[in-house]
Amino acid sequence: MSSDPRSVDRPPAALRAEALEELLTERGLVKTEVLDGFINRYVNDVGPLNGAKVVAKAWVDPDYRERLLADGTGAIKELGFAGPQGEHIVVVENTDEVHNLVVCTLCSCYPWPVLGLPPDWYKDPAYRSRAVREPRALLAEMGLQLADDIGIKVWDSSAENRYFVLPRRPAHTESLSEEELAALVTRDAMVGVAEVVS
Amino acid sequence: MDGIHDMGGTHGWGTVAIDPDEPVFAEDWHARTFALGLASMGASGTNLDAFRHALERLHPIDYLSDGYYGRWLRAAELLLVDSGVLAPGAVEARARRLAGEDVTEPADTEVNKPSYQRGGPGSLRQIDDEPAFAAGQRVRARELYKSGHTRMPAYVRGRTGTVEARRPAAVLPDSTAHFTGEDAQHVYTVRFESTELWGPDAEPSTLLIDLFESYLEESQ
Repeated sequence: MSSDPRSVDRPPAALRAEALEELLTERGLVKTEVLDGFINRYVNDVGPLNGAKVVAKAWVDPDYRERLLADGTGAIKELGFAGPQGEHIVVVENTDEVHNLVVCTLCSCYPWPVLGLPPDWYKDPAYRSRAVREPRALLAEMGLQLADDIGIKVWDSSAENRYFVLPRRPAHTESLSEEELAALVTRDAMVGVAEVVS
Repeated sequence: MDGIHDMGGTHGWGTVAIDPDEPVFAEDWHARTFALGLASMGASGTNLDAFRHALERLHPIDYLSDGYYGRWLRAAELLLVDSGVLAPGAVEARARRLAGEDVTEPADTEVNKPSYQRGGPGSLRQIDDEPAFAAGQRVRARELYKSGHTRMPAYVRGRTGTVEARRPAAVLPDSTAHFTGEDAQHVYTVRFESTELWGPDAEPSTLLIDLFESYLEESQ
Protein backbone atom coordinates (compact mmCIF):
# COMPACT_ATOMS: atom_id res chain seq x y z
CA MET A 1 0.00 0.00 0.00
CA SER A 2 1.31 3.47 -0.75
CA SER A 3 2.32 5.79 2.07
CA ASP A 4 -0.51 8.16 1.21
CA PRO A 5 -3.39 6.00 0.06
CA ARG A 6 -5.98 8.74 0.35
CA SER A 7 -6.53 10.74 -2.77
CA VAL A 8 -7.15 14.44 -2.38
CA ASP A 9 -8.76 16.87 -4.78
CA ARG A 10 -9.22 14.45 -7.62
CA PRO A 11 -11.30 15.22 -10.70
CA PRO A 12 -14.96 14.19 -10.51
CA ALA A 13 -15.78 10.51 -10.87
CA ALA A 14 -17.61 10.97 -14.17
CA LEU A 15 -14.47 12.43 -15.74
CA ARG A 16 -12.23 9.76 -14.24
CA ALA A 17 -14.52 7.04 -15.62
CA GLU A 18 -14.29 8.61 -19.08
CA ALA A 19 -10.52 8.87 -18.71
CA LEU A 20 -10.18 5.25 -17.64
CA GLU A 21 -12.25 4.06 -20.58
CA GLU A 22 -10.13 6.09 -23.01
CA LEU A 23 -6.85 4.79 -21.58
CA LEU A 24 -7.96 1.16 -21.74
CA THR A 25 -9.48 1.52 -25.20
CA GLU A 26 -6.32 3.13 -26.58
CA ARG A 27 -4.29 0.22 -25.27
CA GLY A 28 -6.64 -2.27 -26.89
CA LEU A 29 -7.55 -3.71 -23.49
CA VAL A 30 -11.28 -3.07 -23.71
CA LYS A 31 -13.70 -2.62 -26.57
CA THR A 32 -16.52 -0.11 -26.34
CA GLU A 33 -18.98 -2.67 -27.76
CA VAL A 34 -18.07 -5.17 -25.05
CA LEU A 35 -18.65 -2.58 -22.32
CA ASP A 36 -21.94 -1.60 -23.97
CA GLY A 37 -22.89 -5.27 -23.98
CA PHE A 38 -22.30 -5.65 -20.22
CA ILE A 39 -24.44 -2.59 -19.54
CA ASN A 40 -27.19 -3.54 -21.96
CA ARG A 41 -27.46 -7.00 -20.44
CA TYR A 42 -28.20 -5.66 -16.95
CA VAL A 43 -30.38 -2.75 -18.09
CA ASN A 44 -32.54 -4.75 -20.48
CA ASP A 45 -32.23 -8.51 -20.02
CA VAL A 46 -31.29 -9.52 -16.49
CA GLY A 47 -33.38 -8.09 -13.67
CA PRO A 48 -35.97 -8.93 -11.01
CA LEU A 49 -38.48 -10.08 -13.63
CA ASN A 50 -36.40 -13.26 -13.86
CA GLY A 51 -36.77 -13.90 -10.14
CA ALA A 52 -40.48 -13.07 -10.26
CA LYS A 53 -40.99 -15.84 -12.85
CA VAL A 54 -39.18 -18.30 -10.58
CA VAL A 55 -41.36 -17.34 -7.60
CA ALA A 56 -44.63 -17.52 -9.54
CA LYS A 57 -43.75 -20.93 -10.91
CA ALA A 58 -42.91 -22.19 -7.43
CA TRP A 59 -46.29 -20.95 -6.18
CA VAL A 60 -48.30 -22.79 -8.84
CA ASP A 61 -46.17 -25.92 -9.31
CA PRO A 62 -45.43 -27.90 -6.10
CA ASP A 63 -42.89 -30.15 -7.86
CA TYR A 64 -40.99 -27.11 -9.10
CA ARG A 65 -41.08 -25.56 -5.62
CA GLU A 66 -39.56 -28.73 -4.20
CA ARG A 67 -36.79 -28.76 -6.82
CA LEU A 68 -36.16 -25.07 -6.24
CA LEU A 69 -35.69 -25.50 -2.50
CA ALA A 70 -33.52 -28.61 -2.97
CA ASP A 71 -31.34 -27.24 -5.79
CA GLY A 72 -31.88 -23.55 -6.43
CA THR A 73 -29.22 -23.26 -9.12
CA GLY A 74 -30.61 -26.18 -11.13
CA ALA A 75 -34.28 -25.19 -10.84
CA ILE A 76 -33.50 -21.59 -11.78
CA LYS A 77 -31.49 -22.78 -14.77
CA GLU A 78 -34.58 -24.71 -15.94
CA LEU A 79 -36.10 -21.28 -16.66
CA GLY A 80 -32.96 -20.22 -18.50
CA PHE A 81 -31.43 -18.04 -15.80
CA ALA A 82 -27.73 -18.48 -15.01
CA GLY A 83 -24.52 -16.47 -15.18
CA PRO A 84 -22.13 -14.39 -13.09
CA GLN A 85 -22.94 -14.20 -9.37
CA GLY A 86 -25.16 -17.25 -9.72
CA GLU A 87 -22.74 -20.15 -9.46
CA HIS A 88 -24.62 -21.62 -6.50
CA ILE A 89 -28.01 -20.16 -5.61
CA VAL A 90 -29.75 -21.20 -2.40
CA VAL A 91 -33.48 -20.49 -2.16
CA VAL A 92 -34.87 -19.83 1.32
CA GLU A 93 -38.61 -19.91 1.85
CA ASN A 94 -40.66 -17.52 3.94
CA THR A 95 -43.38 -19.18 6.00
CA ASP A 96 -45.88 -18.19 8.67
CA GLU A 97 -43.12 -18.82 11.24
CA VAL A 98 -39.92 -17.60 9.56
CA HIS A 99 -38.98 -14.52 7.56
CA ASN A 100 -35.71 -14.55 5.60
CA LEU A 101 -33.56 -11.52 4.82
CA VAL A 102 -30.44 -11.38 2.63
CA VAL A 103 -27.46 -9.07 3.08
CA CYS A 104 -23.76 -8.88 2.23
CA THR A 105 -21.98 -7.10 5.08
CA LEU A 106 -18.51 -7.19 3.43
CA CYS A 107 -19.47 -5.82 0.00
CA SER A 108 -22.75 -6.16 -1.90
CA CYS A 109 -22.95 -9.75 -3.16
CA TYR A 110 -26.33 -10.37 -4.79
CA PRO A 111 -27.85 -13.08 -7.03
CA TRP A 112 -27.49 -11.32 -10.39
CA PRO A 113 -29.11 -13.96 -12.65
CA VAL A 114 -32.45 -13.71 -10.83
CA LEU A 115 -32.45 -10.13 -9.52
CA GLY A 116 -30.06 -8.15 -11.73
CA LEU A 117 -27.82 -5.60 -10.07
CA PRO A 118 -28.49 -4.60 -6.46
CA PRO A 119 -30.46 -1.43 -5.65
CA ASP A 120 -28.93 1.47 -3.71
CA TRP A 121 -30.48 0.52 -0.39
CA TYR A 122 -28.84 -2.93 -0.54
CA LYS A 123 -25.42 -1.29 -0.97
CA ASP A 124 -26.04 1.36 1.69
CA PRO A 125 -23.85 1.12 4.82
CA ALA A 126 -26.99 1.45 6.96
CA TYR A 127 -28.43 -1.74 5.45
CA ARG A 128 -25.13 -3.63 5.49
CA SER A 129 -24.43 -2.76 9.13
CA ARG A 130 -27.87 -3.13 10.67
CA ALA A 131 -29.37 -6.13 8.85
CA VAL A 132 -27.28 -8.52 10.94
CA ARG A 133 -27.73 -6.71 14.25
CA GLU A 134 -31.24 -5.29 14.40
CA PRO A 135 -33.09 -6.73 11.41
CA ARG A 136 -36.57 -6.30 12.89
CA ALA A 137 -36.04 -2.62 13.63
CA LEU A 138 -34.47 -2.07 10.21
CA LEU A 139 -37.30 -3.85 8.37
CA ALA A 140 -39.88 -1.78 10.25
CA GLU A 141 -38.11 1.40 9.13
CA MET A 142 -38.12 0.06 5.57
CA GLY A 143 -41.88 -0.47 5.75
CA LEU A 144 -42.16 -4.12 6.74
CA GLN A 145 -43.71 -4.67 10.18
CA LEU A 146 -43.30 -8.32 11.12
CA ALA A 147 -45.49 -9.89 13.80
CA ASP A 148 -43.58 -10.61 17.01
CA ASP A 149 -44.09 -14.37 16.66
CA ILE A 150 -42.33 -14.51 13.26
CA GLY A 151 -38.68 -15.46 13.62
CA ILE A 152 -36.07 -13.74 11.47
CA LYS A 153 -33.25 -15.48 9.64
CA VAL A 154 -30.59 -13.19 8.19
CA TRP A 155 -28.32 -14.63 5.48
CA ASP A 156 -24.94 -12.89 5.16
CA SER A 157 -23.58 -13.72 1.67
CA SER A 158 -19.92 -13.90 2.68
CA ALA A 159 -18.76 -16.59 0.20
CA GLU A 160 -19.86 -17.47 -3.37
CA ASN A 161 -23.29 -18.84 -2.46
CA ARG A 162 -26.09 -16.47 -3.36
CA TYR A 163 -29.35 -16.36 -1.44
CA PHE A 164 -32.79 -15.78 -2.90
CA VAL A 165 -36.00 -15.47 -0.87
CA LEU A 166 -39.15 -17.31 -1.93
CA PRO A 167 -41.83 -14.99 -0.50
CA ARG A 168 -45.18 -16.13 0.85
CA ARG A 169 -47.96 -16.21 -1.71
CA PRO A 170 -50.53 -13.55 -0.84
CA ALA A 171 -54.04 -14.61 0.14
CA HIS A 172 -56.92 -14.54 -2.36
CA THR A 173 -54.75 -15.12 -5.42
CA GLU A 174 -56.11 -18.59 -6.30
CA SER A 175 -57.68 -17.34 -9.52
CA LEU A 176 -54.54 -15.64 -10.84
CA SER A 177 -52.42 -17.14 -13.61
CA GLU A 178 -48.71 -17.74 -13.25
CA GLU A 179 -48.05 -14.64 -15.32
CA GLU A 180 -50.39 -12.51 -13.20
CA LEU A 181 -48.71 -13.80 -10.05
CA ALA A 182 -45.26 -12.95 -11.41
CA ALA A 183 -46.42 -9.36 -11.92
CA LEU A 184 -47.07 -9.08 -8.18
CA VAL A 185 -43.59 -10.19 -7.11
CA THR A 186 -41.17 -7.37 -6.34
CA ARG A 187 -37.39 -7.26 -6.11
CA ASP A 188 -37.65 -6.17 -2.48
CA ALA A 189 -39.73 -9.24 -1.57
CA MET A 190 -37.09 -11.54 -3.09
CA VAL A 191 -34.37 -9.97 -0.91
CA GLY A 192 -36.64 -10.11 2.13
CA VAL A 193 -37.38 -6.47 2.92
CA ALA A 194 -41.00 -6.60 1.77
CA GLU A 195 -43.88 -9.02 1.40
CA VAL A 196 -45.82 -9.66 -1.76
CA VAL A 197 -49.27 -8.09 -1.71
CA SER A 198 -52.13 -8.70 -4.09
CA MET B 1 -8.37 -7.02 7.05
CA ASP B 2 -10.25 -4.96 9.60
CA GLY B 3 -11.45 -2.06 7.50
CA ILE B 4 -14.28 0.24 6.55
CA HIS B 5 -15.80 -2.46 4.31
CA ASP B 6 -16.48 -4.80 7.26
CA MET B 7 -19.71 -3.09 8.21
CA GLY B 8 -21.72 -5.86 9.90
CA GLY B 9 -23.02 -4.61 13.24
CA THR B 10 -21.23 -1.26 13.19
CA HIS B 11 -23.10 1.78 14.44
CA GLY B 12 -23.78 5.26 13.19
CA TRP B 13 -24.95 4.80 9.59
CA GLY B 14 -28.49 6.05 10.11
CA THR B 15 -31.44 4.63 8.26
CA VAL B 16 -32.10 3.57 4.71
CA ALA B 17 -34.94 4.33 2.35
CA ILE B 18 -36.17 2.38 -0.67
CA ASP B 19 -36.60 4.34 -3.89
CA PRO B 20 -39.20 2.27 -5.80
CA ASP B 21 -38.39 4.05 -9.08
CA GLU B 22 -34.63 3.64 -8.94
CA PRO B 23 -33.11 3.01 -12.38
CA VAL B 24 -30.46 0.30 -12.82
CA PHE B 25 -27.87 3.04 -13.30
CA ALA B 26 -28.64 6.51 -11.94
CA GLU B 27 -25.89 8.15 -14.01
CA ASP B 28 -24.04 7.32 -17.21
CA TRP B 29 -20.72 7.06 -15.42
CA HIS B 30 -22.19 4.43 -13.08
CA ALA B 31 -22.96 2.26 -16.09
CA ARG B 32 -19.53 2.84 -17.69
CA THR B 33 -17.83 2.13 -14.35
CA PHE B 34 -19.81 -1.08 -13.85
CA ALA B 35 -18.58 -2.35 -17.22
CA LEU B 36 -15.04 -1.04 -16.67
CA GLY B 37 -14.93 -2.69 -13.24
CA LEU B 38 -15.78 -6.07 -14.79
CA ALA B 39 -13.26 -5.50 -17.58
CA SER B 40 -10.52 -4.35 -15.19
CA MET B 41 -10.09 -7.83 -13.75
CA GLY B 42 -9.15 -9.33 -17.11
CA ALA B 43 -7.16 -6.27 -18.22
CA SER B 44 -5.07 -6.35 -15.02
CA GLY B 45 -4.67 -10.14 -15.01
CA THR B 46 -6.31 -10.38 -11.58
CA ASN B 47 -9.55 -11.87 -10.32
CA LEU B 48 -12.79 -11.17 -8.44
CA ASP B 49 -11.21 -11.72 -5.03
CA ALA B 50 -8.44 -9.25 -5.85
CA PHE B 51 -11.10 -6.77 -7.00
CA ARG B 52 -12.95 -7.11 -3.68
CA HIS B 53 -9.65 -6.67 -1.86
CA ALA B 54 -8.89 -3.57 -3.94
CA LEU B 55 -12.18 -2.10 -2.69
CA GLU B 56 -11.07 -2.82 0.88
CA ARG B 57 -7.64 -1.26 0.35
CA LEU B 58 -9.10 2.14 -0.51
CA HIS B 59 -8.78 4.82 2.14
CA PRO B 60 -12.03 4.84 4.16
CA ILE B 61 -12.89 8.31 2.88
CA ASP B 62 -12.31 7.20 -0.72
CA TYR B 63 -14.34 4.05 -0.03
CA LEU B 64 -17.36 6.12 0.94
CA SER B 65 -17.08 9.09 -1.40
CA ASP B 66 -18.92 8.86 -4.74
CA GLY B 67 -20.82 5.82 -3.42
CA TYR B 68 -20.79 2.29 -4.74
CA TYR B 69 -19.57 3.04 -8.27
CA GLY B 70 -17.12 5.58 -6.92
CA ARG B 71 -15.35 2.77 -5.11
CA TRP B 72 -15.61 0.46 -8.13
CA LEU B 73 -13.86 3.10 -10.21
CA ARG B 74 -11.05 3.54 -7.70
CA ALA B 75 -10.66 -0.23 -7.23
CA ALA B 76 -10.41 -0.79 -11.00
CA GLU B 77 -7.75 1.89 -11.25
CA LEU B 78 -5.85 0.42 -8.29
CA LEU B 79 -5.71 -3.06 -9.88
CA LEU B 80 -4.56 -1.64 -13.22
CA VAL B 81 -1.83 0.44 -11.58
CA ASP B 82 -0.73 -2.54 -9.45
CA SER B 83 -0.34 -4.57 -12.64
CA GLY B 84 1.60 -1.83 -14.41
CA VAL B 85 -1.07 -1.56 -17.10
CA LEU B 86 -1.53 2.10 -16.18
CA ALA B 87 1.02 4.42 -14.63
CA PRO B 88 0.18 5.93 -11.23
CA GLY B 89 -1.66 9.18 -11.91
CA ALA B 90 -2.54 8.28 -15.51
CA VAL B 91 -6.28 8.37 -14.95
CA GLU B 92 -6.16 11.63 -13.05
CA ALA B 93 -3.95 13.27 -15.71
CA ARG B 94 -6.27 12.17 -18.52
CA ALA B 95 -9.32 13.34 -16.56
CA ARG B 96 -7.72 16.77 -16.11
CA ARG B 97 -6.96 16.94 -19.81
CA LEU B 98 -10.60 16.06 -20.53
CA ALA B 99 -11.52 18.98 -18.27
CA GLY B 100 -9.36 21.27 -20.41
CA GLU B 101 -6.30 21.52 -18.17
CA ASP B 102 -2.86 21.48 -19.72
CA VAL B 103 -1.35 18.47 -17.93
CA THR B 104 1.40 16.11 -19.00
CA GLU B 105 0.43 12.47 -18.79
CA PRO B 106 2.85 10.11 -17.03
CA ALA B 107 4.97 7.75 -19.15
CA ASP B 108 3.81 4.15 -19.38
CA THR B 109 5.22 1.77 -16.79
CA GLU B 110 6.30 -1.80 -17.34
CA VAL B 111 3.40 -4.24 -17.34
CA ASN B 112 3.75 -6.64 -14.43
CA LYS B 113 0.62 -8.76 -14.11
CA PRO B 114 0.45 -11.32 -11.30
CA SER B 115 1.49 -14.81 -12.25
CA TYR B 116 -0.69 -17.57 -10.85
CA GLN B 117 -2.65 -20.63 -11.91
CA ARG B 118 -6.44 -20.95 -11.88
CA GLY B 119 -7.89 -24.42 -11.39
CA GLY B 120 -10.89 -23.61 -13.57
CA PRO B 121 -13.45 -20.92 -14.28
CA GLY B 122 -15.39 -19.26 -11.46
CA SER B 123 -14.90 -19.96 -7.77
CA LEU B 124 -16.42 -23.41 -7.16
CA ARG B 125 -14.10 -26.45 -7.17
CA GLN B 126 -14.40 -30.21 -6.74
CA ILE B 127 -12.09 -31.34 -3.94
CA ASP B 128 -11.30 -34.75 -2.46
CA ASP B 129 -10.68 -33.62 1.13
CA GLU B 130 -12.92 -35.17 3.75
CA PRO B 131 -15.12 -32.39 5.19
CA ALA B 132 -13.97 -31.52 8.72
CA PHE B 133 -17.45 -30.57 9.91
CA ALA B 134 -20.99 -31.86 9.48
CA ALA B 135 -24.44 -30.31 9.74
CA GLY B 136 -25.51 -29.98 13.36
CA GLN B 137 -21.95 -29.77 14.69
CA ARG B 138 -20.98 -26.96 17.06
CA VAL B 139 -18.17 -24.82 15.68
CA ARG B 140 -16.34 -21.66 16.65
CA ALA B 141 -15.17 -18.99 14.23
CA ARG B 142 -11.42 -18.86 14.81
CA GLU B 143 -9.84 -15.70 16.16
CA LEU B 144 -8.11 -14.83 12.93
CA TYR B 145 -6.67 -11.35 12.63
CA LYS B 146 -5.52 -11.12 9.03
CA SER B 147 -4.08 -7.99 7.51
CA GLY B 148 -4.91 -9.17 3.97
CA HIS B 149 -8.16 -10.20 2.32
CA THR B 150 -10.55 -12.46 4.16
CA ARG B 151 -14.24 -13.23 3.97
CA MET B 152 -14.75 -13.74 7.69
CA PRO B 153 -16.37 -10.60 9.07
CA ALA B 154 -15.08 -9.40 12.44
CA TYR B 155 -18.50 -9.73 14.04
CA VAL B 156 -18.40 -13.56 14.05
CA ARG B 157 -14.76 -13.86 15.14
CA GLY B 158 -14.49 -16.04 18.26
CA ARG B 159 -18.25 -16.74 18.32
CA THR B 160 -19.80 -20.18 18.60
CA GLY B 161 -22.49 -21.47 16.28
CA THR B 162 -23.89 -24.57 14.61
CA VAL B 163 -23.21 -25.89 11.12
CA GLU B 164 -26.42 -25.53 9.12
CA ALA B 165 -25.23 -27.02 5.82
CA ARG B 166 -22.16 -27.75 3.76
CA ARG B 167 -22.02 -25.86 0.46
CA PRO B 168 -19.91 -26.52 -2.67
CA ALA B 169 -16.16 -26.22 -2.10
CA ALA B 170 -14.64 -23.00 -3.38
CA VAL B 171 -11.31 -21.24 -3.79
CA LEU B 172 -10.19 -19.48 -0.62
CA PRO B 173 -10.44 -15.73 -1.24
CA ASP B 174 -7.71 -15.10 1.36
CA SER B 175 -5.22 -16.83 -0.98
CA THR B 176 -6.74 -16.12 -4.39
CA ALA B 177 -6.86 -12.36 -3.81
CA HIS B 178 -3.11 -12.40 -3.16
CA PHE B 179 -2.29 -14.79 -6.05
CA THR B 180 -0.67 -17.32 -3.70
CA GLY B 181 -2.79 -20.26 -4.85
CA GLU B 182 -6.40 -21.34 -4.79
CA ASP B 183 -6.41 -23.41 -1.58
CA ALA B 184 -9.94 -24.66 -2.42
CA GLN B 185 -11.85 -25.64 0.73
CA HIS B 186 -15.18 -26.82 1.97
CA VAL B 187 -17.61 -24.03 2.77
CA TYR B 188 -20.22 -24.19 5.52
CA THR B 189 -23.26 -22.14 6.34
CA VAL B 190 -23.01 -21.58 10.09
CA ARG B 191 -25.92 -20.47 12.27
CA PHE B 192 -25.37 -18.03 15.13
CA GLU B 193 -28.00 -16.78 17.53
CA SER B 194 -28.11 -13.00 17.85
CA THR B 195 -27.45 -13.18 21.60
CA GLU B 196 -24.13 -14.98 20.90
CA LEU B 197 -23.12 -12.17 18.56
CA TRP B 198 -24.53 -9.09 20.24
CA GLY B 199 -25.07 -9.95 23.89
CA PRO B 200 -28.03 -10.99 26.03
CA ASP B 201 -30.12 -7.93 25.19
CA ALA B 202 -29.84 -8.43 21.41
CA GLU B 203 -32.93 -8.28 19.26
CA PRO B 204 -33.92 -11.96 18.75
CA SER B 205 -32.87 -13.29 15.33
CA THR B 206 -30.74 -15.98 13.73
CA LEU B 207 -27.73 -15.19 11.56
CA LEU B 208 -26.59 -17.58 8.85
CA ILE B 209 -23.23 -16.95 7.26
CA ASP B 210 -20.94 -18.83 4.87
CA LEU B 211 -17.51 -19.62 6.31
CA PHE B 212 -14.54 -21.45 4.80
CA GLU B 213 -13.27 -24.54 6.60
CA SER B 214 -10.02 -22.89 7.72
CA TYR B 215 -12.05 -20.15 9.45
CA LEU B 216 -13.61 -22.72 11.80
CA GLU B 217 -12.63 -24.94 14.70
CA GLU B 218 -14.55 -27.51 16.72
CA SER B 219 -16.42 -26.32 19.75
CA GLN B 220 -18.08 -28.15 22.64
